[in-house]
Amino acid sequence: MNSLSDFVVVSAMLFGIGVYGLVTKRNALRLLFAVELMINAANLNFVAFSQYAPFAVAGVTLTNGVGQTFVLFSIALAAAEAAVILAIIVVAYRLHRDVDVSELNSMEG
Amino acid sequence: MADLIFLAMMVVTIGGAIVAMESDEIVYGAIGLAGSLFGVAALFFLLGAPYVAVFQITVYVGAVAVLILFTVMLVRTERWTKEVPPKSLTKLSGILTGLAVVIALALAVVASDLGGDTSLRNAATFLDIGKLISTDFAPVLEVLSMVLAAAIVGALTLSRVDKEDKEAA
Repeated sequence: MNSLSDFVVVSAMLFGIGVYGLVTKRNALRLLFAVELMINAANLNFVAFSQYAPFAVAGVTLTNGVGQTFVLFSIALAAAEAAVILAIIVVAYRLHRDVDVSELNSMEG
Repeated sequence: MADLIFLAMMVVTIGGAIVAMESDEIVYGAIGLAGSLFGVAALFFLLGAPYVAVFQITVYVGAVAVLILFTVMLVRTERWTKEVPPKSLTKLSGILTGLAVVIALALAVVASDLGGDTSLRNAATFLDIGKLISTDFAPVLEVLSMVLAAAIVGALTLSRVDKEDKEAA
């Protein structure tokens, strides 16, 4: 059987890959991928900890759906965020013919 | 000790994430991201949270990944696919930062006593989650629906082609 630490380690690896992508990549789409990976790492942690938390009191299993509910809301938020980011990328592409974030500096002070 | 399905899904998740970051063609990167999200959904199943897993598959793999794939393919040009490779210093710092995060978190997990516990204690079902969403978290649901509506309107407004823009282009 799997223990909580297995899931937390997978989540940490996902998060680390996301951090790596955010630091190195300059393509706006890759940055979006990296952010999605990090959000998923956080969601995985939420569910893992909620499922392994000590809910059994005196041998009676208790139920608690708060961790899962949080993740449902988080997924919906992430979907909205992805839609807006993709719209911004399409607009940037239409204006600049490029999605390299280091080239998109027309709002630079 | 982790079982075989868990290890396979871990490989799918991490491998998909690496493909999403490192593939030459960004289309393959989008597909890799979809695979990674699917792996996370499978991990939710293994955690005994089927509702979250199904939600993840419908929303992430079904909607977000497909949306990303369409965006990539709609606006793909030569320029798009040709990425400027990052400077080796940037790449090195990225790898070091990512590794530092992973090692720090993994050390924290190893030092804790999370490893010995293998029993899923939470038996929350669809019913419990539905009750929570419609009672305790009803205000959150309302706010979230407004956020979603605002995001839709914002995305439509952003990507709209004005008449003047069309004439200029």
